[in-house]
Amino acid sequence: MSFFSGYPFFVCFFCAMCPAAVLGIKEKPLRWYRWLLTIVFVGMVYKREPLQLLYLLVYVFGACILIKGYLHIRTKYGRNGGSYGCAVLLALLPLAAGKAGGLYGKSIFGFLGISYICFRVVQVIIEIYDGVIRDVNVRDFLMFLLFFPALSSGPIDRSRRFKEDEETVYKRDEYLELLGKGGYKIILGMFYKIVCSACFFKLLEDNFAGRYGLFYAAGYAYVYGLYLFFDFAGYSAMAVGASYVLGIRMPDNFNKPFVSIDMKDFWNRWHITLSSWLRDFVFTRFMVNAARRKWFKSRLSRAFAGLMVNMILMGAWHGLEGRYIAYGVYHGLLLGGTEVFQKKSRFYQKYKNNLWYKGASWFLTLNMAMFGFLIFSGYVNEALGIMIHRI
Amino acid sequence: MEEKVLKMLAELCEDDIVMENREVELFGSGLVDSLVFAELLFEIEDKFKVIIAPSEVERGDMDTPQKIIDLIKARTAG
Repeated sequence: MSFFSGYPFFVCFFCAMCPAAVLGIKEKPLRWYRWLLTIVFVGMVYKREPLQLLYLLVYVFGACILIKGYLHIRTKYGRNGGSYGCAVLLALLPLAAGKAGGLYGKSIFGFLGISYICFRVVQVIIEIYDGVIRDVNVRDFLMFLLFFPALSSGPIDRSRRFKEDEETVYKRDEYLELLGKGGYKIILGMFYKIVCSACFFKLLEDNFAGRYGLFYAAGYAYVYGLYLFFDFAGYSAMAVGASYVLGIRMPDNFNKPFVSIDMKDFWNRWHITLSSWLRDFVFTRFMVNAARRKWFKSRLSRAFAGLMVNMILMGAWHGLEGRYIAYGVYHGLLLGGTEVFQKKSRFYQKYKNNLWYKGASWFLTLNMAMFGFLIFSGYVNEALGIMIHRI
Repeated sequence: MEEKVLKMLAELCEDDIVMENREVELFGSGLVDSLVFAELLFEIEDKFKVIIAPSEVERGDMDTPQKIIDLIKARTAG
């Protein structure tokens, strides 16, 4: 069984949602039911891969010890860069090992959802360092890590926000609104993933895959981009919808990304929870540190560096393969370039509110995004490989 | 102190409207984006010795010049 895929899952899933709806409508707490469902679904999904389940449980157990240990150190000794750095590295170790292993086709401690869980753990560590989180309840922490709708592929929620919803017992009309919105998102997500993304995938395989040349590359980029969007946005919608039905107002992951008028707008609309996580826990901190220690001469060069670091990390989070790093570098350059352009160009200052400028900017952004997906898909690698072979 | 905060904001946003209208929506209007926000956190630390972590405060609580003034006041008093 896979999350949000296939008959067995959906049959169990819809059956499981019914008691949740009943509990919610009757204004009863949902927290125990969330636990029951999480345990049941984790069991069913990981049943075929007991080794992955073992790794998941070992990691989660280790994370609890790490969090409690670091909390103790932070409370007793205050902000200490050394212990902070160690804690973050330990939390990321399995992820780094997994990605590195992936380069050699080996699975080192890999399990479904590893990238997402690691980032959740790191978020808690960082907020403990900040002094924003002063205490961690193990049960709440485990639910935050393992909540089944978001376990395999996100969204990446924030622990304090999640905990607030976890502890809320909704009034009937509040819950009915969640139920309605959640139900809608689930159905929309199913349509996106099961119908739309499958159509685009088939279009891709039948007409563009394995064919090279300018027309095929362009076609592949667009069709792959649409396939990726409907697949991931569809999954995310189902995950968010399921969360809503279970009383958790999980944040959305996509917001009409193909209407973006520039690359900055794009990253506020595509894989939103990942980009905002990176913004809050990597980019902003890098920028503040860089300003404090005067690493760069100008604000603009600091911004360019920050954006490169941020986006390369984003690429590497997907995997250490060339296409993912290239994807990160590509978007780093685009965002950096956008920033330089918007700050320095008189053309931009003069025409930025004109309709024709916005239209042109939208079109350019769409194509830049699609080319990015072409890199991400590995097509560019393959095409380069063939070109080099022919030489 | 309030004037100092507004001057800092105006310089970061490159727009004097923040000095004239203390209720202008900073994030909503695009005056403050992620880059400006990062610079803002540093400037607040540098000029007012108030450290605010990036994920500590909701965007909604720093969305207007007045809210930023209030936040800095609260942190310096506390």
